[in-house]
Amino acid sequence: MSTSAAGASSETDVAEKRSRQSFRNIHISQILAYRLPPSGIVSILHRISGALLFLTLPFLVALWDMSLTSEESFWQLSLYTQSVAVRVVLLVLAWGFLHHLLAGVRYLLLDVHCGIDKAAARNSALLVFAISLPLAAVFGLWLFGVL
Amino acid sequence: MAAAKDMVGSRRLVVGAHYGIGAWVGQRITALFMGVYFVGLLACLLWRGDFTYLGWAQLFAPIWAKALTVLAWGALLYHVWVGVRDIWMDYVRPVSLRLLLHVLSAVWLAACGVWAMAILWRV
Repeated sequence: MSTSAAGASSETDVAEKRSRQSFRNIHISQILAYRLPPSGIVSILHRISGALLFLTLPFLVALWDMSLTSEESFWQLSLYTQSVAVRVVLLVLAWGFLHHLLAGVRYLLLDVHCGIDKAAARNSALLVFAISLPLAAVFGLWLFGVL
Repeated sequence: MAAAKDMVGSRRLVVGAHYGIGAWVGQRITALFMGVYFVGLLACLLWRGDFTYLGWAQLFAPIWAKALTVLAWGALLYHVWVGVRDIWMDYVRPVSLRLLLHVLSAVWLAACGVWAMAILWRV
């Protein structure tokens, strides 16, 4: 934090804080209206993607099973993934995996106090989206046969 | 110094004993292991460039690949267990319901683990 900037803008900060609506122990009905900072969005999506991967773990094991059991089951898997519904599910899970992985790398860095100040943490949160979303998009294009 | 009311016997603390630190550190170490495993697996696959059944199955054939995969599965199950337990502890207050969800989660994960081992040893 730069001290000169903080000193110069302290009066406007106070005025802004007074006018800003404050949320304390918000009700569950307010959750979607509450605007989270990028770090907050990364955080809740990290939890949601983790829960999603937990709930679909048997499905993923089943796919792994088909891919490894025999030449025939491998072939069946490639037929199975022709279905649009399966492709959509796979795309969502691939996004979930990518987001969970990249947000996880960010948390490991934060845990060792790397990039822990406000600006750096905001930038790294945006970076998580800047990497995970294009990678998921590329996977989606490949999955739907565009690439 | 811990207060006497927080102790069980003379050694074991009930509160503030930092037992959660073990799970927290474990979740991060398992994350690191899985991250390296997944990136390594992807790198091996791309480097070999064989996307047929045989090429894919051969990745898991050597005993050291099986050993690493078993460790990655162990890491995954522990990592997920800590994460899912955190979710239940955050959102589910009634003890009976929370216990039920913990048991169901453990069974869910253990079943996936056993299934995964069966798959791996068929390769």
